[in-house]
Amino acid sequence: MRFRLFDISRKLRNSIHTSWMIASLSIVLLIPLVLTAGLVIKSLPLLEQQPLLTLLFSSNWKPLSGEFGFYPFIVSSVWVTILALLFSIPICLLTSIHLTQYAKKWVLKIMQPVIDILAGIPSVIYGVWGILVIIPFISDHVAPFLGKSSSGYSILAGSIVLSIMVIPFVLNILIELFNNIPVELSEASLSLGATRWQTIKFVVLKKGLPGIISSFGLGMSRAFGETIAVLMVVGNVAKVPTGILQPGYPLPALIANNYGEMMSIPQYDAALMLSAFILFVVVLFFNAGSRLLIIRSGKHN
Amino acid sequence: MNRRQAEEYFFRGLMFISSTFIIMVLCHIIYSILSAGLPHLNWDMISKVPEGGYYFGKGGGILNAIIGSLYVAVGATSLALAIGLPVALFMNIHLTKWKKIVNGIRFLMDLLCGIPSIVYGAFGFTLMIFFGLRTSLLAGIITVTVFIVPIMIRAIDEVLMTIPRGLFESALSLGSTKSEISYRVFFKQSIAGIITAILLSFGRAIGDAASVLLTTGYTDYIPTSLNQPTATLPLAIFFQLSSPILEVRQRAYASAVILIAIILFISLLARILTYSYKKNKINY
Repeated sequence: MRFRLFDISRKLRNSIHTSWMIASLSIVLLIPLVLTAGLVIKSLPLLEQQPLLTLLFSSNWKPLSGEFGFYPFIVSSVWVTILALLFSIPICLLTSIHLTQYAKKWVLKIMQPVIDILAGIPSVIYGVWGILVIIPFISDHVAPFLGKSSSGYSILAGSIVLSIMVIPFVLNILIELFNNIPVELSEASLSLGATRWQTIKFVVLKKGLPGIISSFGLGMSRAFGETIAVLMVVGNVAKVPTGILQPGYPLPALIANNYGEMMSIPQYDAALMLSAFILFVVVLFFNAGSRLLIIRSGKHN
Repeated sequence: MNRRQAEEYFFRGLMFISSTFIIMVLCHIIYSILSAGLPHLNWDMISKVPEGGYYFGKGGGILNAIIGSLYVAVGATSLALAIGLPVALFMNIHLTKWKKIVNGIRFLMDLLCGIPSIVYGAFGFTLMIFFGLRTSLLAGIITVTVFIVPIMIRAIDEVLMTIPRGLFESALSLGSTKSEISYRVFFKQSIAGIITAILLSFGRAIGDAASVLLTTGYTDYIPTSLNQPTATLPLAIFFQLSSPILEVRQRAYASAVILIAIILFISLLARILTYSYKKNKINY
């Protein structure tokens, strides 16, 4: 053993390390508490003036005269999220089944880095891609095809960009889920003469159903809170959208666009913090629900 | 060919198409960013700060944003490591007997990972106001740290979970203290995974725009202290892209190339490091 002149005793070192571990664990556990408390306290001034339901279902957004109706933003968020999920669900399901049930090793070797890189690309890059590719595509091809004119900055553009962003996230969960389904189950089905696809349809998908649903719940909460990429392509007009080719204004974009003025207009900061809080609650709800569903179904087996 | 087989081939085709689609989308994203940005990428971009303001100035580069992003990401990743690594080790070594508590912490971390970065940004903003700070490098680092700590903890935790219990027991029976088991055995065994976790968090920290948008502000200069506002790469792209001047927008595309190059480099580095460290690992 190497001799050290000023060696602290091992026990002392152990207790220093342990107390630092406990200290950092407490810091980490404090984060959600402080986060919730901060958002609630900051949005209280507005909630004291107007009831929550009026705020949620009014569509008048006039910060200068103190009217804060979140309805247009909530509707935009819901539209963008649901459309994005509709686009990405079939792709995620098909690819995850392909990769876990059919694909050879070399296919996995290509797809794994592809998924990792897609997951790692920053959202602002997706936004740039949306502006470069999706916007002109919608204004030049999709809108004329539907017999309408559009600048391209629309709910549809936001949801297409968002669906691509959600794919790697949901895909990773689905791949893990399908890999954890016991092989014996599919083997039993195959040995009874079912084709691979029948096995997938009647055994794998059935077995994995709770997990599949919760993976989409998780994807939904991811999509609901995505900010910059959507903000860049969605148009940002504070009106209730009536079609997918119209511009929308989701909640995260509202916060990101207006934080600069929020200290100069009374109640504005409370309104923006309230929208952050709504976002927080919705995302937490879907996230917790989906995760509990996974845990429950795991125990059931 | 009967109906069953037809169905089989039909869905096999669809699956193949959707997998190919994902690969093509990635290639298309990289291709379209490169083709828009590469022609405008030059040495000035990465060696000069903007001349005449980032919004209207035609000359200069985005050195301020590159340095700023590195400051924020390195600062936040180190802070997150200093908090996250002990927590992950604590969960896997000290709390092994309390499975329920560990699972509870894991669940909480998963929830925190799912919270959108704009919410962290808004939270950072309220904290900043509360402590009387203005938009600054420090506020950005703290916000991004809060944002990546759960990601880092869960990533390191996943790695530590794969280490066999036997190693823990044999180290304990040789008379090691728990901190020695943590840092001399478990840490060393999982170093490859921990480096990957650090790089993953670093990538998140450098690429996220929403959390720094509200807290670091934007400036044309390289910050010299923690109290100054700081430019970051994602925001440089975002702001330059909204400029009415063509040259500035072209600079945004070039900045996007730089950001994507950094991200690809990090991801490549993670792969190489994981591979080279795996060779030195004790196998059972």
